[in-house]
Amino acid sequence: MKQEKVSVKMIWRIFYTFFFISPATFGGGYAMIPLLEKAIIERNQWMNREDITDVLAVAQTVPGSIAVNAATFIGYRLAGVIGSVAATVGMITPTFIIILVLASLFLEFQHYPIVQAAFLGIRLAIVALIFFAAVKTGKTAIADKTTAAAALATIVILLFTPVHPMFVIVIGAFLGIVLTKKKAPAKYKETDLDYFMGAGI
Amino acid sequence: MLWWDLFIAFFKIGFISFGGGYAMIPIIEYEVRKHAWMTPQQFTDVIAIAGMSPGPIAANSVTFIGYKIAGIPGAILSILAISLPSLIIVLLVAVVFHKIQHHPYFQSSFYILRPVITGLIAFAAIRFAINNGIISWSLDIAGILIMIGALVILLFTKLHPALLIIVSGIAGIFVYY
Repeated sequence: MKQEKVSVKMIWRIFYTFFFISPATFGGGYAMIPLLEKAIIERNQWMNREDITDVLAVAQTVPGSIAVNAATFIGYRLAGVIGSVAATVGMITPTFIIILVLASLFLEFQHYPIVQAAFLGIRLAIVALIFFAAVKTGKTAIADKTTAAAALATIVILLFTPVHPMFVIVIGAFLGIVLTKKKAPAKYKETDLDYFMGAGI
Repeated sequence: MLWWDLFIAFFKIGFISFGGGYAMIPIIEYEVRKHAWMTPQQFTDVIAIAGMSPGPIAANSVTFIGYKIAGIPGAILSILAISLPSLIIVLLVAVVFHKIQHHPYFQSSFYILRPVITGLIAFAAIRFAINNGIISWSLDIAGILIMIGALVILLFTKLHPALLIIVSGIAGIFVYY
C-alpha cells in the first residue's frame, strides 16, 4: 500500500473521495463497494484488492455501518487519525444533509391527510420489510438447534420481559464465545456479503 | 438535560450497532420510549424516512429523532453520538489489526450473536406490527392485505425496497384517503 505524505491536500482528497461515495450507500452500505473499489484501487491507487477485502472484513465485524467503518479504516491507513476523521466526516456529511432535508419535508407535510394516508400504507410496508430482513438474516444465522433456540429465546425475552435489548446482544456475543469453544465451528459463512438495507451479516 | 440525554442514548447504541440497521430499531425504540420523545407511530414514520434515505438506517433515524427533538444542533449531536463509538473502535482495531484479525473470540461470538440479531429483527417486526395496528383486537383487513402483499413482493420478486415503499404509499392513499 502506497504511503503518501500527509498533507492538507491529501486530507482534502480523502474527504471528497468519501463524500462522493456516500450517496451510493442507498439500500444498505454494501451498494457502495464497487464505487469504493474504483476510487481507492483504480483512481487513487491507494490500496490493492486484498487490502480492501481486509478492510471490508473488519468493517463488517465491528459495530457501526460497513460504509462508515470502511471509510474510517481506510482514512487511518492513509493518513493516521486525521485521515480517519476526514474520511468519516466525508462519508457521513452527504447522508446527514439528505436525511435532514427529508425530515424537514416530512415534518412540514405530515399533517396533510393525503400524506397521512400514504404513510398508513408505508408503515405496513415497513413491517413487511423488517420481517423480511429477519428471514434473510435467519437463513445464515440459524444453522442448528442451538442457534434456533437463541433466536427464539431472544424474541420471547424481548416480547415478555423488560430486559434491555442491548443486554441481550452482549449476552449473545458472550454465549457465542462460550458455546463455540465447546462445539465444532458453526457452518455459516464468515463474510457473507449478501445485504438488505444494511441488514447484511 | 435534553442534549445530554440525546447524546448518551445514541452514544450507547453506537457501541452495539451490530447486524445492520434493522437490528438496532428495537434498541433505538427502547430509548425513544424511555424518554417519551415520540409516539410509536411517529417512530415508525421516522424509520420509513430513514430507510428511504442513503446512509445507515440507524444513523439516519437518530439524526431524524435528534432533529425533531432539538433542531439542527440535536441532529448534529445525534449523528456524532452514534458515529463516535465505531470510529473509536475501528481506530483501535486498525492499530492492532494484524494481531486481532484472526482471533478466535472475534469470530466465535458471532455463532450466537447472529441468531440473536435475527431474533432482534423479528421482534422489531412483531412490535411494529402491534404498534401499527396489524396485530390487534380490531381487524384492519385492508391493512393486513397490504402488508401481506408487501411481504410476498419482497419474498418472491427483486423489487427494490425504496420502490416498494413508494408503491405502498400509493396503496395507502387509495385505501385510507
